[in-house]
Amino acid sequence: MSSRWNEAEATEIVRRHDVREGALLPILHDLQAAFGYVPEPAIPFLAHALNITRAEVHGVVSFYHDFRREPAGRHVLKLCRAEACQSMDGEALARRLLDRFVLDWGGTTPDGRVTIEATYCLGLCASAPSAMLDGEPMARLNDESIDEIAREVSR
Amino acid sequence: MTTRFFVPRDAAARAVGADKVAIALREEAGRRGIEIEIVRTGSRGLFWLEPMVEVETPAGRIAFGPVAARDVPGLLAGGLPIGLRHPLCLGRPEDIPFLKRQTRITFARCGVVDPLSLADWRAQGGGRGLDRARSLGPAKTLAEVTRSGLRGRGGAGFPTGIKWQTVADASADRKYIVCNADEGDSGTFADRMLLEGDPFALIEGMAIAGFAVGAAKGFVYIRSEYPDAIRIFGRAVHLAEGDGLLGAGAGFDIEVRVGAGAYVCGEETALLESIEGRRGQVRAKPPLPAHRGLFGRPTIINNLVSLTTVPWILAEGAEAYASFGMGRSRGTMPIQLAGNIRQGGLFEAAFGVTLGELVDEIGGGTRSGRPVRAVQVGGPLGAYFPRALFDTPFDYEAFTARDGLIGHGGIVVFDDTVDMARQARFAMEFCAIESCGKCTPCRIGSTRGVETIDKIIRGERSAANLELVEDLCQTMKFGSLCALGGFTPYPVMSAIRHFPEDFLRSPVNVAAQ
Repeated sequence: MSSRWNEAEATEIVRRHDVREGALLPILHDLQAAFGYVPEPAIPFLAHALNITRAEVHGVVSFYHDFRREPAGRHVLKLCRAEACQSMDGEALARRLLDRFVLDWGGTTPDGRVTIEATYCLGLCASAPSAMLDGEPMARLNDESIDEIAREVSR
Repeated sequence: MTTRFFVPRDAAARAVGADKVAIALREEAGRRGIEIEIVRTGSRGLFWLEPMVEVETPAGRIAFGPVAARDVPGLLAGGLPIGLRHPLCLGRPEDIPFLKRQTRITFARCGVVDPLSLADWRAQGGGRGLDRARSLGPAKTLAEVTRSGLRGRGGAGFPTGIKWQTVADASADRKYIVCNADEGDSGTFADRMLLEGDPFALIEGMAIAGFAVGAAKGFVYIRSEYPDAIRIFGRAVHLAEGDGLLGAGAGFDIEVRVGAGAYVCGEETALLESIEGRRGQVRAKPPLPAHRGLFGRPTIINNLVSLTTVPWILAEGAEAYASFGMGRSRGTMPIQLAGNIRQGGLFEAAFGVTLGELVDEIGGGTRSGRPVRAVQVGGPLGAYFPRALFDTPFDYEAFTARDGLIGHGGIVVFDDTVDMARQARFAMEFCAIESCGKCTPCRIGSTRGVETIDKIIRGERSAANLELVEDLCQTMKFGSLCALGGFTPYPVMSAIRHFPEDFLRSPVNVAAQ
């Protein structure tokens, strides 16, 4: 995963989806997988490639919480803030985690090690509180899990 | 002789160490020279017992749980079969009361089979629904769904058969079947479990829908928060194509689309916009999606549980399904017990079981051991119910009559440490974060709601501000375009009505805290 915009790579991604109708979301997902975020030059590039306006592309990128405009940290920790996790003191645990890394929601540590984001439900609600670290599910979190997460992201 | 072990690969089992248990089993068996085969299944949905490992014996499967990787050497220490006296032994899974009390129709195979084995799926009745549909023909297939009384399991409870009939009656060059797997409600995981535990059932259900209404293409819209489900379902589609269950020969194709973190895309018209590559903004109705849906064509858009229930209805007959339930709520509902609950998990039962039975008897009360104070039923747009309403039966109409909704069947339990004013505030805040912005009552109302509840929490003119919140809720309820703005008043107003003591704060009280 590089964070440098590469038009040839983007062209190849768009080509992979050209048989699909309404392919903007799958394309954006793939661009983000390739570059780590949706770089600014992607907006006019996609507008031209898909024959839609820049405003339409920008509108879609900014509407969905998943699409980043900046690169994330090397690790991404998503903490669930929805009701089931609230009922198990997830908010207090999240606060302790954020404090541990001196971050606010959505922030990345200065060394680029980890980004912590809020999410609203991971479907692990019977094993709350839950989180996802680099796409891997974690549940029944407690204070020991904070140390475990800290160890994971230090690698 | 090789002994088969079953270890769930469901995300909620993996989240508590199921992968490590599988690895430990393989290693420990290797060390001891015991021949084993590890089958990764979905979850049975007894999440307080996960990772729950099952071992095949001549007397059927025996379950052990919750198993940690460090328990594995002890499990295999005495060789095979593992003694039934082992402290983690749960006996036959079917005899565990939580499972024994259920009526498993939609979830019959979930947690039992290898989700990516077509042979397993067929051996357990998979494909019989589609076969019967083909022998009946489209019209009779549709009639079967209608007679079963199946209603939309996403929350709205609209009769599935009527929706299908509308699409069948429409004439168009193309029609679509769209599965809504954008399961965003906190406290719900039924769609996720099926995608990870019995994906071929959804494929079969969609193929039946396509056959009944004359559609050749289906889309499954899965939320991005479910990476395991996306992976497993994608593999299942690929396998089904290779098998001929999908593809040109079958006359039906499925494409998976992944959401991007917008709750409102669970609203059917916003979901269609999203598949079309646009912002997930709600469409005004009419036209209904059944008339003009995806890409302007007649479209069935159904919840995943509804579609996955269809194969059973076709295989066993409409009457068999309709024989379960109460009133106009026929069949079974996968109820999801979540939050602060001792025995959380998936409980599929005929409609009619009461909220109290679910929370106290089946769920065993809170995990914290403190008294239950409130339960939120039906996700972030569902009402909070106090113990006084625990006699409410799980039934669409019974919940409506008490100003609630069953939604997608999630129940989130809170103990007596909950602050209901904070929960009401969160409902408004969530609506503000997730509003698509198209209509004013939802977009502006939710932000004003947060501000006003903040004043109440600070003890500023509580009575006057409560009146204001109530007025705002009326506007949102009747003026919003979809259920996000329209139903946010349910959690807010139910919290105020049933827990008024949490809202009448004097500035002195607040200072004292």
